[in-house]
Amino acid sequence: MNVKTRPHNNTRLKLSLWLALTGFIALLFADIDIHRASPSQELLRMGQGLMAPNFWSYREIASSAFNTLAFALQGMALASAAGFVLALLYRHPLVRGFCAFIRAIHELFWALIFIQLFGLSPLTGLLAIAIPYAGTLAKIYGELFEETEAAPRNNLLQSAGLSAFFYTTLPLAWRPLLQYTSYRFECAIRSSIVLGFVGLPTLGYHLETALGNGQYNDAAALLYVLLAIVLSLRWWLKKALLPGYLIAALIYLPPTAHFSWANIARFLSEDIIPAPLRNKTNTDYVAVFDWLAMLWQQQILPGVTSTLILSQIALLLTAILSLAWFPLNSRQFFSPLKRSLGDGFLIIARTLPEYLLAFIGLLLLGPSMLPAILALGIHNGAIIAHLLGRYSGELVLREDACTGINRYSYEILPRVYRQFLAFLLYRWEVIMRETAILGMLGIGTLGFYIDSAFEEFRFDRAMLLILCAAILNIIADILARTLRQRLHLRPSPETL
Amino acid sequence: MRLLTVLTALLVSSSISLSALAETFSFTAIPDQDESRLQERFGKVAAYLEKELGVKVKYVPVKSYAAAVTAFRNNQVQLAWFGGLSGVQARELVSGSEAIAQGYEDQFFVTYLIANKRSGLSKSNDFPADIANKTFTFGAKGSTSGRLMPEFYIREHFKKSPEQVFTRVGFSDDHSRTIALVQSGAYELGAVNYKVWEDELAAGIIDPSQVSVIWQTPSYPDYQWSIRGDVDARWGAGFKAKVKQTLLNISDAEILAAFPRQSFVEATNDDYQPIKDTAIAIGLMDAE
Repeated sequence: MNVKTRPHNNTRLKLSLWLALTGFIALLFADIDIHRASPSQELLRMGQGLMAPNFWSYREIASSAFNTLAFALQGMALASAAGFVLALLYRHPLVRGFCAFIRAIHELFWALIFIQLFGLSPLTGLLAIAIPYAGTLAKIYGELFEETEAAPRNNLLQSAGLSAFFYTTLPLAWRPLLQYTSYRFECAIRSSIVLGFVGLPTLGYHLETALGNGQYNDAAALLYVLLAIVLSLRWWLKKALLPGYLIAALIYLPPTAHFSWANIARFLSEDIIPAPLRNKTNTDYVAVFDWLAMLWQQQILPGVTSTLILSQIALLLTAILSLAWFPLNSRQFFSPLKRSLGDGFLIIARTLPEYLLAFIGLLLLGPSMLPAILALGIHNGAIIAHLLGRYSGELVLREDACTGINRYSYEILPRVYRQFLAFLLYRWEVIMRETAILGMLGIGTLGFYIDSAFEEFRFDRAMLLILCAAILNIIADILARTLRQRLHLRPSPETL
Repeated sequence: MRLLTVLTALLVSSSISLSALAETFSFTAIPDQDESRLQERFGKVAAYLEKELGVKVKYVPVKSYAAAVTAFRNNQVQLAWFGGLSGVQARELVSGSEAIAQGYEDQFFVTYLIANKRSGLSKSNDFPADIANKTFTFGAKGSTSGRLMPEFYIREHFKKSPEQVFTRVGFSDDHSRTIALVQSGAYELGAVNYKVWEDELAAGIIDPSQVSVIWQTPSYPDYQWSIRGDVDARWGAGFKAKVKQTLLNISDAEILAAFPRQSFVEATNDDYQPIKDTAIAIGLMDAE
């Protein structure tokens, strides 16, 4: 065997053990009871709803579907333009830091902030999607530009400058760039749906109402429309049609806003200033310290702790589910027909946003961390399983390779494990980001305290807590990147 | 960014020019109940106001108490049916705004503490001290009857925060969900708006064998119509007074039953000082 691979194998083993250990320890501290007398009864009612979707309010369904798409299209248009410009400057550490910061704040948190400035308006939805997505796209575009073959550019007489970039780097990075952008568009549709849960007029708005009121026939109709939109993307999302779509989106839902400059000025100069500093001529450091200490003790510490606990368990469940599920989409295990069924399940689980899954889980299982863990595990597990299944299908086995469980454990698993860890580390920061958000559904993560601060109109607290969530995500981002580098893992960015 | 500003300005102005002829008077309400009930209730109010005021009137539904206040603050709506606490919060944020009318019953509103039958608790006249160490759900975080007042009495009695008194504390988001959660046993106890309870009990939504009232709070002022101070400038002098009179004049049994209130009576900002004091006392608002 190659001697050089030994240390990596070791680190890989160590990392796996660490992830498992932290997951299990977190489980000891987690609140995962079921608080519902009869979850099966509710499940039955949901099943009945799914069998008999009610499309009667088709006007409402259609308009919210168009709104969902309009937000996603406009948000992505602005995000990819801004992301492209930022990517050109991505070598600059300040730009890098700026992008990391804006993408570390979840689109729902951006929406809560913009609702204060622009009301429940189309502009709010557009910016809530565009800003964090610009940060993500800048990073991916920037990395793609860095990874392109340097030779063509170095052969130019003048290898610096924009023209050199447009004639050498960009053409080389173009295909993966488009691929990744179209994948992000699918994510933007999910984000757009979730924005409905805070009141923007997308599919999520009506889903929240229907599910919350137990009108499962209505909810089923909305759910089918959601699935139809995402699953049909590959047939209608065509480069040539995009300008037309964008113009249509701008006409259908012009990005207008309800705002007054006085409100914006007040928000920025007064509302978000920590309460003990407001309207004071001389700074009272003791009061500021008390304010910070109180928030740290009552909100930040418990919020961060639950966020970490929940995300580690969710990560463990994601790992288990993705290893259990990837054969569903692998030609090493199933015939094409069975595989399409298996992959169908994975794709549906991947298409439904975690936030929606957690919302449904809470209705079924009652309030605890359990629904959130399941939602994060199922959604992210399905994403990794889908990709890992496809990856394992490309492996070439000996003709007399064993079958069944032996093939899984001795042939396939060892060969896909590296890739599996790479995917898992990428999802880690995503899971952390989503965990914070799920607090808005009443689970005690940072999102819970952020939502409370907005409900109490204490924007100073909200901003500080959002900052904490952002710092947590940035740390996860840096840690995951360091680990990937140490393990020499580098999946292509489309798999993010 | 400048391009965006220009674009927005263009779009704003074009949509304004279309609607300038008949400016729509918009109102919202805190989403304290099932949305279908809210639609029914406020659809009727919108039609009535449109007829009486002679301007286009639109009901803007929102997803949370905070969103109702924010819509009022951003002038997306000019009138709102707020709870005691959300009204105080909204009027703090919009100077010149006033409470103009309240339901007759809102002058002496109460909260019911309700319990699932498996909790083993029964009705009492004194504060039920045996609720400690059970699971408990409030309504929305910004609710007066579902959060502010019950939390006040819980803190007053136990000298501890609800998180310390109960083994689990939740926020259901509205009163209908509070009732559903306690009835299903997801929580053993809950705090609910007495009007919503009576209304749903009469409508047969509540199963009295599963959930019952165990205590009611002393009374306090609650829901009210609040209006922005700048409406006269937009719809002409005397518009605010006209809206107020129109609300007070509501006698249509169907509209009143949808709230449900027996009539609307005058209200002022000062009526809600006790609510503000309570909010400051339990740390939901900061003292000035």
